[in-house]
Parts: sequence; structure tokens; C-alpha cells
Amino acid sequence: MTTKTRVPAIEGWFTMDDAAPALLGSRCTSCGNVAFPKETYFCRNPHCRSTEFAETELSRTGKVWSFTDAGYQPPEPYVAADPYVPFSICAVELAAEQMVVMGQVVPGVGIDDLSVGAEVELVLDTLYEDDEHEYMVWKWRPTGAATSGQVA
Amino acid sequence: MGTDKKVAVLGAGMHPWGKWGRNFVEYGLAAASDALADAGVDWTDVQFVSGADTIRNGYPGFVAGATFAQALGWTGARVSSSYAACASGAQAINNARAQILAGLCDVALVVGADTTPKGFFKPVGGDRKDDPDWLRFHLMGATNPTYFALYARRRMELFGATEADFAAVKVKNARHGLANPNARYRKEVTADEVLASPMVADPLRLLEICATSDGGAALVLCSTEFAKKHTGSDDLVTIDAVSTVTPRFPQAIIEMPNFSTDSSVAASTVGPTFKESVALAAYEEAGIGPEDVDLAEVYDLSSALELDWYEDIGLCKQGEAEKLLRDGDTTLGGRVPVNPSGGLSCFGEAIPAQAIAQVCELVWQLRGRATGRQVEGAKVGITANQGLFGHGSSVIVSR
Repeated sequence: MTTKTRVPAIEGWFTMDDAAPALLGSRCTSCGNVAFPKETYFCRNPHCRSTEFAETELSRTGKVWSFTDAGYQPPEPYVAADPYVPFSICAVELAAEQMVVMGQVVPGVGIDDLSVGAEVELVLDTLYEDDEHEYMVWKWRPTGAATSGQVA
Repeated sequence: MGTDKKVAVLGAGMHPWGKWGRNFVEYGLAAASDALADAGVDWTDVQFVSGADTIRNGYPGFVAGATFAQALGWTGARVSSSYAACASGAQAINNARAQILAGLCDVALVVGADTTPKGFFKPVGGDRKDDPDWLRFHLMGATNPTYFALYARRRMELFGATEADFAAVKVKNARHGLANPNARYRKEVTADEVLASPMVADPLRLLEICATSDGGAALVLCSTEFAKKHTGSDDLVTIDAVSTVTPRFPQAIIEMPNFSTDSSVAASTVGPTFKESVALAAYEEAGIGPEDVDLAEVYDLSSALELDWYEDIGLCKQGEAEKLLRDGDTTLGGRVPVNPSGGLSCFGEAIPAQAIAQVCELVWQLRGRATGRQVEGAKVGITANQGLFGHGSSVIVSR
């Protein structure tokens, strides 16, 4: 068995650091607004007319804002395993960035394992593969850290 | 703004919703013919044709205004074609209204129709790595119900909504639509049946998520002066407001098809949410408030989403939608019936026709002609809806 090359499913959206991957956003050099995916043309803050952005790594942990799962196979361009394996998906609040970012949850974590307010961390996982490549994407994984039980 | 911004609805027409797979133009023409007949206006007297576009039916769908005008027979009328996803119909209505209010025409025809494929809506084909709508399917497998489910779960966490509440919305709407000849699904369902249907996106089940449908809807709009002369009466059904607002930055609630919300680092979130602002702009334009509304047609893409709309259009405070539902206030016979037509629950979504169909229902209700689903004495109605990427859509109709 040959080892497949691991490549990001999309360029420039996250670091390929296996141990501690991070989403790559942009930070406006004028007003500080953070955007994911990265802003490249024009700051989205209507009171800022900046066109200069610095790349910024987003927080690697956050709290679940809400979550669901995919009981049915999503249509293309999703590349599903055959047979299809349902997955969970969540929206995560990042405290420092004051924003919510979505992503799939790692395989094996079901609805009953998730709760609003629970801490999750960013990991890399395979989205799909072909003969030569494993296409990697960011996913969220519960850390098991105790939750405050408070909902923002 | 005030009463001088009204346009009259002379006619409303629909082709029944279903899944026939025929050319969308056929549905649009049937709806247009019905609306013209209802208005007592000849096609050759229409000065402005406003089409709501469909993106799944090739080029004719992209230029729907001209497609319908050609099919009805070229007359040299002014024409426009609008696309704003689910809000396309409101855009088409607003285009016609603006022409009339500007005095550029007296009589306009608004038409929207769609033919839809089976199953989940998927993005337009190709390899489009700069399109968030394509990317959310590709990178996350996030379908439309994914987003509806995130909102539904929030309601459960924040406000104690239950799966039984969501099912009760479906049961109510199924009952409302039973006698509606234009509805696709006319079958009573029980809460047990809803809760036994397959889970699509937890906590939302198959019977709680709106289907995709074929259908067509049309309106004949005109100036109030023309309407008075044409009908010989001052008793008119009028469109008093059309809200087409965008969100305000920072938008703190995740919206389809985005990967993230705006950040609130550089500017804090103040004032109403996007969906609240959609209705607020309509109320402000019409010079009325939620307390004046007798009925509403809202976009129940999912059963749970209908509850969000109760709060967003001001029928109750945040967190009180479940109580409103449980008390029967939004059921026919209640204080302010919501989706007396049966809503998307009974129709399924025919995207460019849907926002027009919402207005058709209000028109029939206000005329007292909504047989089998009539809201007695209805004088004022509101529609609410939103289109992908931030197209607000809300129309207020009064008599």
C-alpha cells in the first residue's frame, strides 16, 4: 500500500499543521475586522474603507453555538464515501474573534455527544480521497471539557 | 412615507403547485392568464412585465420577464427580470411597484414560475471554488436543512422548544392547506406521523422540511387611480409596503450559504437582527405595526423556522413563539393565523413564484375569497421571506 499525499481540499483556508491546525482568516489592518474565509478586496465593515489585510490564525477552540447532522447524503459537489456515512456538523463561537464558524464534526461523534456550549477544538481530517491524494479539511472535535451550561 | 405609496392589486392568479416536470413557462402563463382574467385587464393593456427568474431552467429562466412576454405575444411593453433566490418574487413585485409609483406606467404584470429537480437543492454545476454556495456543499456537506436545523436546535436550547412544537407547526399547516386548490400536499397529518418520519437534519424530520415544487404565480398591479376608474370603486386591495432590505454589519447569526458570521470585533451588534429588520422596514413603510396585522404568510422552509418568524415579524417577543403556537393564536380561528394557505409545508417551494404566491394568498384572504381557509374579517396581512446572501422580502397588503 502506497501512502497518499495529503493536500488541503482548498488552498489557503487553514494550516496543514497536524498537531495544532488553525483556520486562516484575515484581519483588517485598519479597523481590525476579522473575516473567514479571508477578505481580499474590501473590508466588510461599512465604516471602514480599507483594502489592506493581514493573514491571521483563528482561535483553535470554541464553544458549540448549535449543531445538527446529515441523515441523508448531501448532493454534489459533496464527495461522499460509498456507502454513505452520516456525519455531524456544528457552528462554533470563537470568543476572541467574536464570530461563529461552521464545520463538520469528526467521525464517530453523534448528536447525543454534542451540546450547545460544549468546548470543541479544530483538527484536520480527510474530506475525500482519490488514487493519489487525501484531501484534508478542518473539522471540530469535542474536547470533553466541562461546559458552563450557559448559552450565549 | 404613507398612503400615497400604495399600489392596487387588480388581479391574482396561480398555477397549482406540484411536481409535473413540465416547462416552467407553462405554469407562468397559466398564472398570468388567471391574474389578467381576475383583473379584467387584457394582456395588450399591460405596460410593464416584471419576471422573477429561475436559475434551473436554462437561459429562458434567466430572462423570465422576456420569456413570459414572448410567450404571451410581444406587445412592446417595458420588461424586467429579477433574481434574488427565494426573494425573487418580492424583487419582481417591487420593480413593478416602483414603475407605477414613479408614474412610468399604470398597469404591470408580475410573474414567477419554476420547474424543480427532485431532492435537495444543490448548487449550479461546475468547479467553482470562489462561490460560497458551491463550497459549503463541497467542504462541509452543508445542505439547506443543515442551516434550518442549526436554528431549530438553538430554539430548543434557548427557549425550550420541543420536537412536539415543531411537529405541531406541521400539523397546523397541513390542516390549513387541506382546502387550498393550489396546494400540492392536501392531507392531514398527525404529530405522531411527523415524529415518525425520517430524521433529515436533527432535530428536523422529513415531514418538517419543505419540498421543492413546480408552480407559478402572478399579480396584476396598477396605480390606485387606475384601479378606482377600472373597478368603479374605492374598495381596493393595496400593497402598502415592500421591504427588500439587506442585513446590517456585523451580522451575528450564521446565514446560508456562509461558513461564518461577521465578526463583532470591529463593530458591535446593535439593533434588530436581519430577519427582524426585514419586517420592521415593511411596517415602517406602511405606517403600521404588528398589532395591526390580521394574518401572515411566512417562509416555513422548516416547521421550526415558522416559529422564528413569529418573533421576527413581531407577533410576539423573542422566546414566546412556542406559547403563541400552543395557545392556538396562529391557527385558523386564532388571533393572528399564520400560513392559512398551508404555507410551504403544503406547497413546497417553487422559488421565483413563492413570494408572489404569498401575496396572492393575502389578496384572496382580504377579498374574503379564501374558501375553506378564510381568516374572517381580515384587513391587513404581511408576508415574510428572505433570499440567499441577504435579500430581505416582506410585503404588506391591506384592504
